[in-house]
Amino acid sequence: MIPAAFDYKRASSAAEAISLITQHGSDAKFLAGGHSLLPLMKLRLAQPSMLIDIGRIKDLSYIKDAGNHIVIGALTRHMDVETSKVLREHVPLLADAAGHVGDAQVRHRGTIGGSIAHADPASDLPATTLALGATYVVQGPRGQREIAATDFYKGFLESALAEDEMLIEIRVPKMQGAGWSFQKFNRRAQDWAIVGVAAWRRKDEAGVALVNMGSTPILATSVASAIANGASISDAAAMASNEADPQTDLNASTDYRKHLASVLVRRALEAASK
Amino acid sequence: MHWLPQHRQVDTRSRERDIKGRIMTITENMPTKIIGTRLLRREDPPLLTGEAKFTNDLNIPGALHLAVLRSPYAHARIVSINTAAALAIPGVVAVYAGKDLQSTWAGPMPCAWPVTPEMKNPPHFPLAIDKVCYVGDGVAAVLATNETASRDALDAIDVEYEPLKAVVDLEEALSDKTIIHEGLGTNKSYIWNLKVEATEGCVDAAFAAAKYKVKERYVQQRLLPMAMETRAVAAVPQPFGGDITLYSSTQVPHILKVMTALTLGIPEHQMRVVAPSVGGGFGSKLNVYAEELLCTALARKHNTPVRWVEERSENSQATIHGRGQIQTIELAADDSGKITAVRVRIIADMGAYLQLVTPGVPILGAFLYAGVYDIPQAYDFSCTGVFTTLTPTDAYRGAGRPEATYAIERAIEALAHSMKIDSFELRKRNFIKKEQFPYTAFSGLTYDSGDHLLAAEKAAKIADYAGIRAQQEKQNVPGATKRLGIGMTSYFEMCGLAPSRVLASLNYSAGGWEAATVRILPTNKVQVVTGTSPHGQGHETSWAMIAAEKLGISPDDIDVLHSDTAIAPLGLDTYGSRSLPVGGVAVALACDKVIDKAKRIAAHQLECAAEDLEFANGTFSVKGSPDRALPLAAIAFAAFTAHNLPDGVEPNLEAQVSYDPPNFSWPFGTHMCVVEVDTETGAVKVLKYVAVDDCGVQINPLIVEGQVHGGVIQGLAQALFEEAVYDSDGNLKTTTLAEYLVPAASDVPPITTDFTVTPSPTNQLGVKGIGEAGTIGAAPTVINAIVDALAGLGVTNMAMPASPQTVWNTINNATRGGKK
Ligand SMILES: Cc1cc2nc3c(=O)[nH]c(=O)nc-3n(C[C@H](O)[C@H](O)[C@H](O)COP(=O)(O)OP(=O)(O)OC[C@H]3O[C@@H](n4cnc5c(N)ncnc54)[C@H](O)[C@@H]3O)c2cc1C
Repeated sequence: MIPAAFDYKRASSAAEAISLITQHGSDAKFLAGGHSLLPLMKLRLAQPSMLIDIGRIKDLSYIKDAGNHIVIGALTRHMDVETSKVLREHVPLLADAAGHVGDAQVRHRGTIGGSIAHADPASDLPATTLALGATYVVQGPRGQREIAATDFYKGFLESALAEDEMLIEIRVPKMQGAGWSFQKFNRRAQDWAIVGVAAWRRKDEAGVALVNMGSTPILATSVASAIANGASISDAAAMASNEADPQTDLNASTDYRKHLASVLVRRALEAASK
Repeated sequence: MHWLPQHRQVDTRSRERDIKGRIMTITENMPTKIIGTRLLRREDPPLLTGEAKFTNDLNIPGALHLAVLRSPYAHARIVSINTAAALAIPGVVAVYAGKDLQSTWAGPMPCAWPVTPEMKNPPHFPLAIDKVCYVGDGVAAVLATNETASRDALDAIDVEYEPLKAVVDLEEALSDKTIIHEGLGTNKSYIWNLKVEATEGCVDAAFAAAKYKVKERYVQQRLLPMAMETRAVAAVPQPFGGDITLYSSTQVPHILKVMTALTLGIPEHQMRVVAPSVGGGFGSKLNVYAEELLCTALARKHNTPVRWVEERSENSQATIHGRGQIQTIELAADDSGKITAVRVRIIADMGAYLQLVTPGVPILGAFLYAGVYDIPQAYDFSCTGVFTTLTPTDAYRGAGRPEATYAIERAIEALAHSMKIDSFELRKRNFIKKEQFPYTAFSGLTYDSGDHLLAAEKAAKIADYAGIRAQQEKQNVPGATKRLGIGMTSYFEMCGLAPSRVLASLNYSAGGWEAATVRILPTNKVQVVTGTSPHGQGHETSWAMIAAEKLGISPDDIDVLHSDTAIAPLGLDTYGSRSLPVGGVAVALACDKVIDKAKRIAAHQLECAAEDLEFANGTFSVKGSPDRALPLAAIAFAAFTAHNLPDGVEPNLEAQVSYDPPNFSWPFGTHMCVVEVDTETGAVKVLKYVAVDDCGVQINPLIVEGQVHGGVIQGLAQALFEEAVYDSDGNLKTTTLAEYLVPAASDVPPITTDFTVTPSPTNQLGVKGIGEAGTIGAAPTVINAIVDALAGLGVTNMAMPASPQTVWNTINNATRGGKK
């Protein structure tokens, strides 16, 4: 439970954080809420030599209405996402999913940006923002760029972020009254999902993404196309795992995960269609 | 009057007043009816405010930090150990391999329970010498001036291993294909048999004649005890003379003192063991561990305090595991379902070595396979203890009795199923009847009291057994995906360990008595000194209540001293739900003894015969003339001044008792649980849990309920959540709380507790233990409910833990027409 030795610097702005990470190179890591990074460090599975604390950059914690989108600062805590009036009104699926992250302590520390940057397929918010068609804004020494969620997740804990880039904002389209459901299946209430489903539906249009069904969050495009083509919910749900490649672990085999995904997608679409 | 009458005017019973700085004065005696009240636990404020000091909170200047390098292999030879790089780390003081310390040990680590004379017990040392036998086995010890350096050094030690084949599976271990301890020539540690036959061959005859027979196989998965506080140790040598104080997060300071002295060759009177606040144990701290011996030995060697604290994932591997049995149980029954014979075969997983009571755990269960049923003397039990290359097992909440209860309470369900009758009805046909107590069971032990029908009917009423059965008819129709089930367990628990003579007959190396001292100070404040060692059970509150009731003194004026062998030198500690029925009764007896002495002084001062005095509400009065009276407070002061004592009576009011119980204590009860199973996902939702327990007279119902709640949750955890999972190479896959699923508050159902009260006839308080009963009742209750919910789908058994995946697979296998 004692991490290897490391240095620590606190950044007060994105620009400062980026200049620090440029100086310290690939052994440096950003520290946001610390709720993914610190457990890895305590088990000595991660041993960065420098932590650049971005957790207190105030102007990166916000939720704002930007017309067609809601924009969320990367350092916004899960609890603020969960309880945001703006999100509850325009992107209720995201607010609801944030309420399923861990326990209250985790939600008060962990950030939406950290969750997305960490690119853990078992996390709730990467899949949810993927289902919603979000865009991520990142900033590096060469300036800002936007990456669509669909292009962001490259592999297990791997994203399109360059080492010296920082995620600064998440842009999520308003749901425009779509029905939605977030299904999280786990053994203890506060655990990571064995399988999770984030889904929304507006008539023939649907977005469905899966948590913990492969090495990245999975966009279940076959399900969405089936709905667009008029398939019944259960026929569409049967295709839940078409894009997925789930692993076997202590809680679930590959087959059981696929089965769960179809049950949960069906339940999610049923709820979203009400 | 030789005591200070003016001080009687001031009521100083409240501690607050003392804190506010009033003069400490003599405490008044008062009528005290406190047994049976829900007094809040005095232990809680320091625990809840973080004021309580645990071993690792102790500030010990100059202490060196111990870290233990642990084997990453389940089974391997140690080829070489290179410590040079570790020694070069700043702050590292010394690094020892097993060989370096070999001469330090006067003997191997102790196993106190050689269950048979032939039992095989491989030598086991705090650090492995040339071979490691489980992942987590200690290989090297680092001492450093700070904890960080000690952990860094572990990464820098270079050990070359020659890996050998891991032995994980119990049946495979029995085959002796790979022998773990070559010197023993086999992986079998022992075979322990108990055959009780009214007439020779009657077991076989009963099976031959039986109308109904069932044969069931159950697996008791390994469990991690997961006390909230991991283990911690600090050994502090005194500057001169060789005395040493060992602080440890232990349940057994007294046993630890004797065993450490023996294992290290330290004169026992030079060892003092202190257990500061201890954050739970569940049996896992009923042991003598390598780190306790290492800290003590190295503190002596370096003449400096040495401390160690266990990391959580280290705790998963280096602290004993619980359960780990494969059980086969057979029941024979006549045409009415009356059980006529029981046959039991057990393979018990010892793990890599025998720890303190490892081999005895399944034997404790041997006496409970009859459950609460009236079964003739036709019992055939055999247990084979076998070594594996896994963490040693040992006592874990219930220790052998939950396993036994699970087997009989699952098997009776199977019997009811084969007879196509309701299992509650079958239980009723077999219950030992109230009027049969005291009842001598086929195992030879005498159940002192019980009323199983009463407890079962009370539980059925609270759980609405009939209503649930009716609702099932409607709900569990073909195609239903949410199926309702109700399960029950009626248990007998054998606790209050234990009559010393019974322990002798089981080859246990110690007794089962408990000691207590009651000391009335000059100002009528009381010290109760107990040999029990509480670590969450609330003895300070309960023992104060017992003494308060006895002495007619407010519990606030009674201090309970424990868990320090210098303060409480005699004792046998806390485990096996023994503390109240043995230790608490000892407190009551010591009170009686003090009162007897006080009575002689009172008689002297009141100028009457002791027989003419009665003692009530803290006051001695002459029978028939209540105005001739003296409160205990007056006697306490008189005993202190010793100005006017009768001839032959020593000064001071103090008495010590060592109490050896005449019998075990026999709590019992019925638990019921209602579940809903989602057949699409396999998820189990516990809708209702009802526990009706009978622990005799309750000293403090609040504490009793707390014990039942915690116990039920631990049993429910075995049924639904917890399992120490190993891969085929002997690596533990569940080393953190992310993988090892201890349920949290949000994962447990509301628990309705209720009670029947059948006082124990074997002790003056009428009390029985309640520490393990909840755990014993819960696991079979939950599994019975799940199997009941799925009965319509052909499911007849369910492995533990009944994870959603396991439930889903079991349903699939059953509905595909597969066998159970
Ligand atoms: C007990 C527990 C339970 C949990 N349960 C859940 C759960 O059920 N569901 C769930 O989704 N999550 C869960 N989490 C994870 C939690 O949501 C984390 O907060 C989140 O995954 C990471 O966010 P963070 O701010 O803590 O990131 P950190 O841990 O600080 O960082 C994570 C990684 O992302 C990088 N990083 C962080 N911010 C940025 C940024 N802005 N730009 C670039 N890189 C960045 C860091 O360098 C690091 O590599 C749990 C965590 C714990 C401890």
